[in-house]
Amino acid sequence: MTSTETYNYKVVRQFSIMTIVWGLVGMSVGVLIAAQLAWPVLNFDIPWLTFSRLRPLHTNAVIFAFGGCALFATSYYVVQHTCHVKLAFPALAAFTFWGWQAVILLAAITLPLGITSSKEYAELEWPIDILITLVWVSYALVFFATIVKRRIPHIYVANWFFGAFIITVAVLHLFNSAALPVSFWKSYSAYAGVQDAMVQWWYGHNAVGFFLTAGFLGIMYYFVPKQAGRPVYSYRLSVVHFWALVFTYIWAGPHHLHYTALPDWAQSLGMIMSLILLAPSWGGMINGIMTLSGAWHKLRTDPVLRLLIVSISFYGMSTFEGPMMSIKTVNALSHYTDWTIGHVHSGALGWVALVSMGAMYYLIPRLFGRELYSLKLVEVHFWTATIGIVLYIASMWVAGIMQGLMWRAVNADGTLTYSFVESVQAMHPYYIVRTLGGAFFLLGAVVMAYNLWRSISDAKPIEVAIPEPASVH
Amino acid sequence: MTFTLFQSIWSIVVMITFLGIVVWAFSSKRKSAFDEAARLPFEDDQLTDNNKPSAE
Repeated sequence: MTSTETYNYKVVRQFSIMTIVWGLVGMSVGVLIAAQLAWPVLNFDIPWLTFSRLRPLHTNAVIFAFGGCALFATSYYVVQHTCHVKLAFPALAAFTFWGWQAVILLAAITLPLGITSSKEYAELEWPIDILITLVWVSYALVFFATIVKRRIPHIYVANWFFGAFIITVAVLHLFNSAALPVSFWKSYSAYAGVQDAMVQWWYGHNAVGFFLTAGFLGIMYYFVPKQAGRPVYSYRLSVVHFWALVFTYIWAGPHHLHYTALPDWAQSLGMIMSLILLAPSWGGMINGIMTLSGAWHKLRTDPVLRLLIVSISFYGMSTFEGPMMSIKTVNALSHYTDWTIGHVHSGALGWVALVSMGAMYYLIPRLFGRELYSLKLVEVHFWTATIGIVLYIASMWVAGIMQGLMWRAVNADGTLTYSFVESVQAMHPYYIVRTLGGAFFLLGAVVMAYNLWRSISDAKPIEVAIPEPASVH
Repeated sequence: MTFTLFQSIWSIVVMITFLGIVVWAFSSKRKSAFDEAARLPFEDDQLTDNNKPSAE
């Protein structure tokens, strides 16, 4: 039996479509700046197109525009479907969409102009930060008010992850963006010296931990079981690894500041907590992959499921690599090299992007009452994306380790064996391979966009009725 | 109370809290409730949804 009330699909549709659009934009900028590192002439001597200005545009576009829209879309969809209620405050939900798009557009204008607070992943200046705060508070109100009026007594684990992501990102943004404005487009951080660095990386690493991990684990906990057609492997494990992840991630930031002015004890604390993080991270990874236990054959026939499962494998790989790189002696070699870039992209392309794309393959046709246009094209996307990721991260491993070894090499008399520019020159072939890998990944995203467009181009948006609860509690 | 003592007590409190969560999550009393919770995504079989939980 169904009630006449329907789910709010409009805002989910809007965010889903923009996920695809911003994904293509952000990844294209990524390929351009990767090409600029291989062939610097590609900045055409135009200040707005220099690497220094486009790099923050790339990171903001892929993390907050592509990833952000994916999180808004999926969290709004999942919270409605697991609480059996319509989204609370529809006007506020609409504001989160238009407000978030405004933030993205402002970023796309200000960053190429060189307007930046120069804090990594928090480059946007204070007026935009205030808009982000307004959007985020609205997001929290919509999400948690929907949970409050739920008709299912239990709060499904995906909502716990989405909730932790929303709350923590609010706290991180407020503290790290505290600044003293000196003009409309210029402000200075409220913190000075090493405190500023510590606050920045407390923010920066938790942006990874809560924006790029907890939120996407929320996606995993709904869409993997749905696509596989079976419940999550261990619900108990999901409860334990949720709390372990939330307790631990918040402490890992100092590993970005090894061998700096940060006190040694804080560096060691960051390293230890990063090592501990392996356990909750792999708890989630095992839980996601083992959901297929007893149904592995589905991977042969369902390329969307394969995309999702490979994304969880990359999550497992990058959350193994991360703790290893946080060990001080390993970090002495890896820090400031391209190994870090490779590590980030194994997580960002392999985990975050693939799990979002898998969710979009599930979501977008359903939001329009359609089937996916072509599974064959998903197959094509899967392989181009996977080859792209492997080219990207393998070239950056080699490049990074080579850089680290060249920088630390000393002659018998104590002088440096290589000048810095020699290490730059040695990077050239790897930067070309990296550009190629990024281009492959972008090509896969284009194939996905075409496939999804064909799925819904002649479809009308649909309304889906909310089912009545099976039993009244 | 010195700061070190506070830190030591706090570490133990957090440790016990976490162990409490583990014991709670894996207690046999909670099993049926968690099994039910795990099936939550499948409770709204809608017209557009082709993925029903398999019987295996």
